[in-house]
Amino acid sequence: MTYFFQQSLNALQLGSIYALIALGYTMVYGILTMINFAHGDLFMVGAFFTFIAAVLLGLPFVPTLLVSMIGVALLGVLIERVAYRPLRNAPRVSAVITALGVGLFLENFTLVFYPYPQHIPQLIQNTTWNIAGVSISSLQIIIILLSVGMMIMLDLIVRKTMVGMAMRAISWDKAIIPLMGVPLNLIVSATFALGTGLGAAAGTMYALAFPVIDPYMGILIGWKAFISAVVGGIGNIRGAMIGGFILGTVEIMVAAFLPSTYRDFVAFALLLVLLIFRPYGILGKPRPQKV
Amino acid sequence: MKKGTLIFVVMLIASMLLAACGTGAGGDVIKIGVVAELTGDIPAVGASSKNAAELAVKEINDAGGLEVGGKTYKIELFIEDNAGKADQSASAASKLITQQNVVAIVGPNASRYAIPASEIAESSKVVLISPWSTNPKTTLKGDTTEPKQYVFRAAFIDPFQGRVVAKFALDNLGAKNAAVLYDVASDYNKGIAEFFKATFEESGGTIVAFETYTTGDKDFSAQLTKIKDANPDVIFLPNYYSEVPLQIQQAHRLGITVPFLGSDSWGSAELITLCGTECEGYYFSTHYAADAATPVATKFIEAYKAAYGNTPDDVAALTYDSFGLLWNALKSAGKVDRESVRAGMAMITNYEGVTGNMAFEAGSGDPVKSAVILQVKGDKFIWFANAAP
Repeated sequence: MTYFFQQSLNALQLGSIYALIALGYTMVYGILTMINFAHGDLFMVGAFFTFIAAVLLGLPFVPTLLVSMIGVALLGVLIERVAYRPLRNAPRVSAVITALGVGLFLENFTLVFYPYPQHIPQLIQNTTWNIAGVSISSLQIIIILLSVGMMIMLDLIVRKTMVGMAMRAISWDKAIIPLMGVPLNLIVSATFALGTGLGAAAGTMYALAFPVIDPYMGILIGWKAFISAVVGGIGNIRGAMIGGFILGTVEIMVAAFLPSTYRDFVAFALLLVLLIFRPYGILGKPRPQKV
Repeated sequence: MKKGTLIFVVMLIASMLLAACGTGAGGDVIKIGVVAELTGDIPAVGASSKNAAELAVKEINDAGGLEVGGKTYKIELFIEDNAGKADQSASAASKLITQQNVVAIVGPNASRYAIPASEIAESSKVVLISPWSTNPKTTLKGDTTEPKQYVFRAAFIDPFQGRVVAKFALDNLGAKNAAVLYDVASDYNKGIAEFFKATFEESGGTIVAFETYTTGDKDFSAQLTKIKDANPDVIFLPNYYSEVPLQIQQAHRLGITVPFLGSDSWGSAELITLCGTECEGYYFSTHYAADAATPVATKFIEAYKAAYGNTPDDVAALTYDSFGLLWNALKSAGKVDRESVRAGMAMITNYEGVTGNMAFEAGSGDPVKSAVILQVKGDKFIWFANAAP
């Protein structure tokens, strides 16, 4: 039983990181029906901003987290302005290819400055407690609480504020709502800022939990977060959170109770089966196509 | 736009012509290619290999050149990056063979890149010496036990290394139960994990957990929790220096306190940078110990330190030895062409290198040599024990 609780804690930690990144995919999709494949690499940039803030500027944890979130949010807004906005009315494939290109650019740009994997120092005094045989570290608690806190805040922003209302309205109908005086470009920028900022927060926490970072670290985890968003129902914010926790749990539990070599194929086979029964994801709803 | 294209085409043609001139003029030059992991997941390996290769070539050129068959040749080096990818290793090898026209290739280093590149070298009949690859498959044809004709290495092979580490765990650490965590997607890690398991079990030990992950994973919590539950006396991590620190840190956070063991893939100074103090006191097997060096090795270590300001790691030493083997092969062949290099390599039966004495058996590209066990102490790797073949 201790073993099960320990693995559940592992799942919760991994799941909250997936969920935070998945939010970025789902928010952009909700607003623009476009998949921002550069999001995994923005997560990576978040980890490198963490490195710059913590090591080169010597900042403690909270300012580091803010530097990384604000830096990447600005970068996200810039990317949207420069790379995606000119293509907003272009065929969907062009936007997807551009996003992949932006991702590759970010990877190789970082590679120029940091060809070596970098080490992140311990920003938080890490104590490990042993509660009835289960090891819990302060870092784990911070990651889980901070992620859940950010998700609750995002949920409140989207449901209770004017900006959130505008976001929901635009995701409902991109053509009509701007005619009612909602500034489309401003809301899109705000969405990118929020989504990539959360991705950067995930990057910072990931870099603290797994303190070796490299320019390719965002690829695999970006795909997994994207899959989480789809499983939860892409475009649906609560769906992305649920999807992240589901993927984290499935991955950890498969490795925990079956030979770990089976992890990825069993995990993804399960998700495929889930999508067969819920093709729009767990919380997703089919969107009526206007002809 | 059109004008731009035209200029581009003209420049392209001009550069091709220049390149052609370059190859035409090389009468008294021996061209040697290097494939190294300059970028990707293990760039420290590529950097060491590049440094040692440049040092080896510079020493020859500064001394006037290499005398082969009564004629002195300068050495020209072509270094290709494989970007830490198997397919790019193969294409870098073909580029060196077909475009740069090299007589021999040194590298790639990691087995997962050396194996695809060695296939290209074998089919193009060009000698390839991998400095650091320890997987037996590098020098074997396909899945057979028949050796490749053109592929050699400067390192010992994994069955030996797996045996050395297993014996060390049993005899020196008195371990009865061992756990292994390894990258199942990488030839090197997988090979050595299996050889360790085989020897450990044959010698009366028990493998209580044999866990895997795939390249790029950073979260090992599920596997490590499983290992903790199995309660081993020692944990073997035959993984690369960029991943080992994460595995050890996460294990410590889960409350695992047993000693960790590693293989030669640990032997980069980067390991200590990435680990901080968490790798203190752990052991790994490798090719040579910089602090217990022979006169041949001391000479190399001094030269390397003077040129690059740091102590050469095992990749650097093995790359240097690969070039040493190559110079020997060229001298004994007496001619500079691809077939002669192959004939010259086959003639070497014994070579005293930086990483110790290498004996080549007829028809095999694998040297018989000894290993050392090093211990991580402070910011250094300290010699702990020798293991004879």
